[in-house]
Amino acid sequence: MTTLLIFIIVLFVAVAMWQMVKIFDLAQVGASNNQVATDKDNTFNGYMMIGFLIFIYAITIASFVYLGDLPLMSNSASEHGPELDNLMIISMVIIFIVQTITQFLLHYFAYKYKGEKGRKALFYADNNFLEAVWTVIPVIVLAGLIIYGLFTWNDIMNVDESEDPMIVELYAQQFNWKARYGGDDNVLGKANVRLIDLDRANILGIDEEDPNAKDDVIVTELHLPVGRPVLFKMRSQDVLHSAYMPHFRAQMNCVPGMVTQFGFTPTVTTEEMRQNPDIQDKVANINALRLERKAEIEEAGQDLNYQFDYLLLCNKICGKSHYNMQMKIVVETQEEFDAWIAEQKTFPNSLNK
Amino acid sequence: MSATADTHAHDDHDVHHHKETFVTKYIFSQDHKMIAKQYLITGTIMGVIGVLMSIMFRMQIAWPEQPNVLFEALLGKWAPEGVMDADIYLALVTIHGTIMVFFVLTAGLSGTFSNLLIPLQIGARDMASGFLNMISYWLFFVSSVVMVISLFVEAGPAAAGWTIYPPLSALPMAQGGSGMGMTLWLVSMAIFIASSLLGSLNYIVTVINLRTKGMSMTRLPLTIWAFFVTAVIGVISFPVLLSAALLLIMDRSFGTSFFLSDIFIQGEVLHYQGGSPVLFEHLFWFLGHPEVYIVLLPALGITSEIIATNSRKPIFGYRAMVASILAIAFLSTIVWGHHMFISGMNPFLGSVFTFTTLLIAIPSAVKAFNYITTLWKGNLQMNPAMLFSIGLVSTFITGGLTGIILGDSALDINVHDTYFVVAHFHLVMGISALYGMFAGIYHWFPKMYGRMLNKNLGYLHFWVTAICAYGVFFPMHFIGMAGLPRRYYTNSNFPLFDDTANANVVITMFAIVGGIFQLVFLYNFFVSIFYGKKAEQNPWKSNTLEWTAPVKHMHGNWPGEIPHVYRWSYDYSKPGHDEDFVPQNVPMKDGEEELHH
Repeated sequence: MTTLLIFIIVLFVAVAMWQMVKIFDLAQVGASNNQVATDKDNTFNGYMMIGFLIFIYAITIASFVYLGDLPLMSNSASEHGPELDNLMIISMVIIFIVQTITQFLLHYFAYKYKGEKGRKALFYADNNFLEAVWTVIPVIVLAGLIIYGLFTWNDIMNVDESEDPMIVELYAQQFNWKARYGGDDNVLGKANVRLIDLDRANILGIDEEDPNAKDDVIVTELHLPVGRPVLFKMRSQDVLHSAYMPHFRAQMNCVPGMVTQFGFTPTVTTEEMRQNPDIQDKVANINALRLERKAEIEEAGQDLNYQFDYLLLCNKICGKSHYNMQMKIVVETQEEFDAWIAEQKTFPNSLNK
Repeated sequence: MSATADTHAHDDHDVHHHKETFVTKYIFSQDHKMIAKQYLITGTIMGVIGVLMSIMFRMQIAWPEQPNVLFEALLGKWAPEGVMDADIYLALVTIHGTIMVFFVLTAGLSGTFSNLLIPLQIGARDMASGFLNMISYWLFFVSSVVMVISLFVEAGPAAAGWTIYPPLSALPMAQGGSGMGMTLWLVSMAIFIASSLLGSLNYIVTVINLRTKGMSMTRLPLTIWAFFVTAVIGVISFPVLLSAALLLIMDRSFGTSFFLSDIFIQGEVLHYQGGSPVLFEHLFWFLGHPEVYIVLLPALGITSEIIATNSRKPIFGYRAMVASILAIAFLSTIVWGHHMFISGMNPFLGSVFTFTTLLIAIPSAVKAFNYITTLWKGNLQMNPAMLFSIGLVSTFITGGLTGIILGDSALDINVHDTYFVVAHFHLVMGISALYGMFAGIYHWFPKMYGRMLNKNLGYLHFWVTAICAYGVFFPMHFIGMAGLPRRYYTNSNFPLFDDTANANVVITMFAIVGGIFQLVFLYNFFVSIFYGKKAEQNPWKSNTLEWTAPVKHMHGNWPGEIPHVYRWSYDYSKPGHDEDFVPQNVPMKDGEEELHH
């Protein structure tokens, strides 16, 4: 119903504008009906250019004020997160400086040099010095960004095996996630989709003969001990998926037929993150918004009260229910983790006999 | 039709002259000007479909799973009781992307203006091969028809995203849209590519061989440089997409395993072994990235021409502009991997692609600064075409700058496939190229139809569009940085994203208003074709050769001899001349220097 109302309002606005232009046009009939811009048009549009410049700045400021607390620019929960956020902030600052200046010059010149009859423009075709200036400056700035970016990238992507990372398999299928731990030996048993046996509940296609698989643990909620490096091995059984863990600044595609990997070290437990003032503000805001949509949310069978949790979401279009392919991530202390994993069934015990 | 008889009077010299019928003049025409108009009209119709789709899925994002009269009316069985289905949502997103990128901004933009302007601006009677040109248009038409037909198949149109990554696009059991809908999509694209290649080859040959006397490469208007280089990129990269499409067809229909391996779906193991979806991604983006520039370069060329003409100033740094077009073209073919940083390809490759990608910022920056300097101390004539060109520079800067973030492999990890990407590419290639197309239409409408568009409607169209474009895509960066993935039918399963919901409503409102105001343009366009004010021969006081041709179209473009060229096309406000423009066919005065050499 709201949609319809809005639609009608927009339609009315459009019609009103339409009529105004018609009047505008009719008023011009007496004057020379030339469709080429006159001085009056130049002046009008020159002022509009300044107005538009103000609009660009206003929407920038408004976006920061109203949406600026949305971005995950701070409060990352992984070891490499702050480094990446830092690079992001540096890039953003550069972008906003360049954006502010160039948009100003563009629109200000468009206003300042709006056409007047009888004036002649400056014949100014070339200036090698200027060209060199705005070639060299971007080169220097970009060289800095490229070097910083590549160091960060190498840091993130090179997994240091000597740190003995915990190996976790993320397994994607339309439309849910599973996680598999290597167990006591921290080695994943061999697996292939050809070994999937739904009758025996071997849904990940793990090789039952492989001794390494005996202590594997398969779960639907990802738990990670804080401070321990973890190396994810991603697999997909059907189509492309992407394992996106925004809070950890981590993402990697899951590709059928190959194993991809991504490693990071979680640094903040779920509990700690829930106590973070920024996150508490965010959650309070979300809960206030949810209260406004109470009926709708309860009808959908969701909890009205939202509590912060880390998430793994699918970020590569994968079919009809792509929009609901998620898994909860819990970061906890080593002791909590050990207690939790001890409760989970090992792979052989999870099979149907 | 009286126009025909009229022009024939001047036309006796033309060896190609033959009696025209309705069919040869308006349907199977081999005249580049008519073909340009055919491209424009077809592209416009496809554009209306594409924009309408975007408004529908924006409504779904803003008001998820709410009944909507528009859905009920247009989507039929895909919107039971007016609620949009999740499958058709993905299909709308997919077809919107396909139509806008290929059918509107490649064929509609390049097809229209390359055809119209290449012969007219270089001083040629027509394209090198009028016949191939005609075939090119009709293949485009057939591919458009096939694409539209695909919207009506039983299991739904293609819905795997416009990038159609397999296995999703390869397996009919993975998604309804990967059945007949995807087959038709692939067939349509294969025909489209054939059309594009024929067109591009024609443009290249024409520019190289048919320039009039005196029209050296360094005297070419920047429009022609842009069209020429665009055609070269197209010829290099489109065949790769064709091969990807053909291999995908073979995987789909003949059981090969180019892109597929180890798949278990719907309770059974498929036989595919040894292929890789990553290979498809490489092939796709080998076209897909140059495609961005195939879309953008013509728009930049058009803008260069219009900004210079309406500033009454030479374009600043002509040689740097040509060099940056060439640099962009070269770099565009070696950056495709930045779409694949997290696809599972070797991280070292990611480093290489980061390096090449950020290099593209340099020629792009040169272009932006040169446009701004061209405005400096000009005498700006604020015609609608000029407004759209300035608007293009604005969105090109805003959208281009965020490319610095996305091109950086480390930063891409966290914003890849979020709305940040959507905002970035819509501004830098979608809106910018669309502005270029609008600018071109407003500027060359008198050349195409011999009549003027209404400028006040043009102003209204520009200002509302400009505000709505920023209103839609600027806040979108922020919800992307909040981690909201693109292509989600609804975000209501993620309370985490609840605080983006209001921003999404605002964005949709801007999109609806912006969409509706395109009707102002359509009205202006179609009414002016018939009732617009009659155009003068050179309404914008421009230097390029097309304005030396008579207003009424004729075969061969010029009665009598083709004009010779004595200077570049940017002698605006040149000292020593009374007028503030000196057309290219005006000989040099005694002692006058050609300054830009």
